[in-house]
Amino acid sequence: MKRRDFIQQVSATTAVVTIGGFGLQSFSTLPKTTKITILHTNDVHSHIDAFGPDDGRNANKGGVARRAALIESIRNENPNTLLLDAGDIFQGTPYFNYYGGELEFKLMSKLKYDAATIGNHDFDNGIDGLYAQLPHAEFQFISSNYDFSNTIMDTHVKPYKTFIKEGIKIGVFGLGIELDGLVDPAMYNETKYLDPVEMAQEMTHILKTNEKCDLVICLSHLGYDYKTNPNKISDLKLAALTKDIDLIIGGHTHTFLPKPTVIKNIENKNMLVNQVGCYGINLGKIDFYFDANKDKSANGTSIIV
Amino acid sequence: MRFTYLIYLLYILVLFNCKQPKEYLTKIEGKQIQITDSLAIDQDIEAFIKPYRTHIKKDLDSVLAFSAGTYTKSDGEFNTAIGNFMADAVFDEANPVFKKRTGKDIDMVILNHGGIRSIINKGNITTRTAFELMPFENSIIVVAMKGSQIDSLVNYLSKAYKAHPISKLKLSIDKNFDVIEALINGQEIDPHKTYYVATNDYLYNGGDDMTFFKPNEEVYVLDYKIRNALIDNFKKVDTISPIMDDRFIMIK
Repeated sequence: MKRRDFIQQVSATTAVVTIGGFGLQSFSTLPKTTKITILHTNDVHSHIDAFGPDDGRNANKGGVARRAALIESIRNENPNTLLLDAGDIFQGTPYFNYYGGELEFKLMSKLKYDAATIGNHDFDNGIDGLYAQLPHAEFQFISSNYDFSNTIMDTHVKPYKTFIKEGIKIGVFGLGIELDGLVDPAMYNETKYLDPVEMAQEMTHILKTNEKCDLVICLSHLGYDYKTNPNKISDLKLAALTKDIDLIIGGHTHTFLPKPTVIKNIENKNMLVNQVGCYGINLGKIDFYFDANKDKSANGTSIIV
Repeated sequence: MRFTYLIYLLYILVLFNCKQPKEYLTKIEGKQIQITDSLAIDQDIEAFIKPYRTHIKKDLDSVLAFSAGTYTKSDGEFNTAIGNFMADAVFDEANPVFKKRTGKDIDMVILNHGGIRSIINKGNITTRTAFELMPFENSIIVVAMKGSQIDSLVNYLSKAYKAHPISKLKLSIDKNFDVIEALINGQEIDPHKTYYVATNDYLYNGGDDMTFFKPNEEVYVLDYKIRNALIDNFKKVDTISPIMDDRFIMIK
């Protein structure tokens, strides 16, 4: 029980003792809505500075210092906020070449990222290069389908993590793309790639049944959709093959979506898949509203995108 | 004593009634916020980045050479000026290193089209240009392969329909993407001869589906980054003015 809830309940008890049944009556009609805000980035690729005014594509967009101010203002509005990243933090500007990811991790820590999953480019300085930067990361790395047990990263990456915000329990798990053929084996060493669909099923079972999460989020670096290669696992395929995931936050394909995708899972229930392009040009923001009144959810969850 | 008990009882009763055991997800709102220059800047973060930026900028902005034109990887169907420059630069810089170590010459170079990560703009070429062109840390590898395996390499190139950068290999294909002629040092490829092919470690390990490097006779790791070869080349030349040529063409 959270301390604040406890205090509220203790004072409620006092009220009941003082004014009897009437207090109990009035308490039960108090409306309660909890809003959980999920902020997310993907494929930032060491883009710490904003694009310059002369850039052909992304002039004056992006930049960590602006993202920091935006996140701060959102957190001030709603403290029940999680900040997540879907991988490929590394590689793309000289900041990475000169400092090996140190500055990326330090800034993400300053922005108070809660968790990130691992993208293929995060192995670009080898698994040793990733490990070497871990002391600069004050956030949790989450991957459910990379088995690091025979590598230096063993115990430094969790298969899932739960967060509690105002009594709402949020479970986050992570999925990485197949490394074979994409990353030099000398870079990822004995990292084992496990089937993402199987691991998603295992994780959702743990998070829903054992951990009793109210919200389940998958941080994915699988890629949004592979139209020319329909057998390749993607976020859209994963969504359709699984249940109990509320939101897939994607990466890898640098997909700019006009809005988050609403898609049906294997139980024909609506869920969201989102990805916000790349290079820190956009910040994804998904608000989940919880209500104690069951009647409100009787007609299903309304999704506004 | 009894009174305390009553309070506890009431407390449990209230807990049971008031503590919502579950809240229900009723609404989801999703959107994307663009990070633009209309947003405020967090000055603490900006100050934290500054020393890193200053150090890098000083190093990157040193002028190495001059580019006569603007070159992009989309200017050309089977070979491009920028790709030809990169493959030739790798040959020019890696061959002396390889020769010194082994007494042998590199016979050809193959890189990948996707590995050209930026354009070269007309004007000053700086260290930054080399970083943009080749942000990755890949190093040069020389692979000793039999001519019969070079055929697989040539076959890959003929079907890829991409201007993968090559040097010292001359290739022509017909409109069905079948090989008409493939020459190394002006001669047809001898299936029994050993050729020394320079590439990078990413491609050697099967990147971009280049699976033809294995098995092989021997591998020489030069410990020489592609980017550093480009920087060394820029330092040597005054002006670069590469052209699209006839090293890889389709005869229609």
